[in-house]
Amino acid sequence: MDAAIECVDLIKTFPGKPPVEAVRGLSLSIKRGECFGILGPNGAGKTTTLEILEGLQTPTSGTVRILGKTWESHAPWLREKTGISLQETKLSEELTVLETVRLFSSFYQDSADPNDVIAQVSLESKARSLIGKLSGGQKQRVALACALVGKPELLFLDEPTTGLDPQSRRQVWELVQNYQDKGGTVLITTHYMDEAEKLCGSLAIVDQGKIIAEGSPAQLIKSHAGQTRIEVDFDTPPGSNWIETGLELSQMENLDPNHFVLHSSSLIESLPKVLEAAKKSGKTIQAIRTHQPTLEDVFVALTGRHLRDEGASS
Amino acid sequence: MSEISKKKSLFASPLFQLVITRLLEFIREPQAVFWVYFFPLLMAFSLGIAFREKPQEDLRLCIVQMVDETTQQSLKQANGFVFSSESFEKGLDLLRRGRVDAVVDPDPQKGKSRIRIHTDPTRPESALAKARLEAHLARANQPGLEPIPDVALGLGGLRYIDFLIPGLLGINLMGGGLWGVGYALVDLRVRKLLKRFAATPLRVRDLLISLAISRFIFTAGQVIILLGASWLVFGVEIRGSILQFCLLIGLGGFCFLALGLLVASRASKYETVNGIMNLVMLPMYVFSGVFFSAERFPEVIGPAIRLLPLTALNDSLRAVMNDGRSITTLGSEVLILVLWTAGALTLAIRLFRWR
Repeated sequence: MDAAIECVDLIKTFPGKPPVEAVRGLSLSIKRGECFGILGPNGAGKTTTLEILEGLQTPTSGTVRILGKTWESHAPWLREKTGISLQETKLSEELTVLETVRLFSSFYQDSADPNDVIAQVSLESKARSLIGKLSGGQKQRVALACALVGKPELLFLDEPTTGLDPQSRRQVWELVQNYQDKGGTVLITTHYMDEAEKLCGSLAIVDQGKIIAEGSPAQLIKSHAGQTRIEVDFDTPPGSNWIETGLELSQMENLDPNHFVLHSSSLIESLPKVLEAAKKSGKTIQAIRTHQPTLEDVFVALTGRHLRDEGASS
Repeated sequence: MSEISKKKSLFASPLFQLVITRLLEFIREPQAVFWVYFFPLLMAFSLGIAFREKPQEDLRLCIVQMVDETTQQSLKQANGFVFSSESFEKGLDLLRRGRVDAVVDPDPQKGKSRIRIHTDPTRPESALAKARLEAHLARANQPGLEPIPDVALGLGGLRYIDFLIPGLLGINLMGGGLWGVGYALVDLRVRKLLKRFAATPLRVRDLLISLAISRFIFTAGQVIILLGASWLVFGVEIRGSILQFCLLIGLGGFCFLALGLLVASRASKYETVNGIMNLVMLPMYVFSGVFFSAERFPEVIGPAIRLLPLTALNDSLRAVMNDGRSITTLGSEVLILVLWTAGALTLAIRLFRWR
């Protein structure tokens, strides 16, 4: 079976002085039924890449196949099969939820019942409310309803939860998971690591128009930021040799004689060792903290920068 | 794949949904309703009342106190005057300020029974007062001279309101096309809704036709309200063929719709489209004979003025409404409108951008 999305060597350069190279040779292959995430900081080229795949922009060079077809030859068919939520769309405030979803449903040959889709996004009670009266999270769910009403096989979501409160974000995630459970394919861009970890089976980390790492969240973490950090606080100094370090456990510098930082490749195995060594040393542990690596650590390990503060280096 | 071309009901068609949502948005925006429907009416009423046909008023004649009694008596028999009596200086002052239309005093060189008439040549009433007074005196001196009977011009006359209404219809069609279509399109683009629509199977054709249909509905309402109200209040009528009048309204509306599309084909900021819109509309407001005849401008710029679409529309609407002329006599105006429409539409489609 064809990949849902396949693109090879995408390049997009916007003319200007100097020209802006938004996408610089990007290749992706996304399987059907998968939820694929493009994770990266603002300005990494995520939206441009997505819009090229959505057929809203043409690449400077490179090839794109969506559901086995190209935008040049099968645009109307592909439009029927894809649903899209843009980063920002101001839907008409003077229309109700039902009127808006019904409007979008009219564009598709084969569309879902607007009322069913509104129920899917849990807005039944707001079906007759004006969009202008809705909260940000509710508006985003209307946008998703508009993307779902054409019964798409493929859903493109551009930063669907940016600016939403935690509860609204979880509602959006649930919706995406439900869609995926029914066999849909999702391509999502985000700069939230938690969102990528929660939703995506596979991820591409994008920086400056290129993919710098690709894989499942667990693989990425393992290969780029593998070690779990264990911090141990004692009531009195146990001495620097209190624990025997080995292959999977290494001891980091301890500036404070009571406070130790260890790196472990396996928390499950290291934690009992740490507790036992502490017992042997005869000192009491006051606190123990562990930090499992996240995609943020992967990004920092790969670029030396954080996801959310663009421009800052080191 | 399931039967993809299953028939959609009219209600579920994109055209119907686009038009109905546009209408709903419009009626839920009270300000828009005011500007589209009530503002033109307000303008028609205020101008219509300010420039209404006044019944001929009496002229005001000031007879200086020094004029002798018999001459005063004889003057006061003149028709169509109200008289006052003042000192010479006071009388001249009133004349200067427009409070009286003429001042009569004795001619110092010819004695108390001969008079002079002082007038203000810049005011037509003043000249009229002198003419009336002379006619009266001539008849008084020659009792056999019969007054020449007045025959009032009947219904054929053109009142200001008759002139104004076609002009107001013209600017409403212009505003409707440019604001209603141009601004609406830029608004969709700024809100990224145009881009969102581009990501659906919706065809440009359906979007543009829906804008045209909703504009047509708004315009029909505007025209009916404005004409109906001015007919009820001022008795303004269409003297020519109603069908031809509707054809002209349709052509004018379509022409400005095309201009609206052109103005909005690229603009992606409200400021830009506002600027372009003013650039397009302001010259036509001034030159195209909305509130007064375009013929008052110097003849040098006359040909340029006549090439403006609003001039062509206003002139042809007036020809049909006021003069009862047939559209077949308005070849050049119709041609100008058709050319503007075709040019603007062609250019707009070439330049059009979704984003």
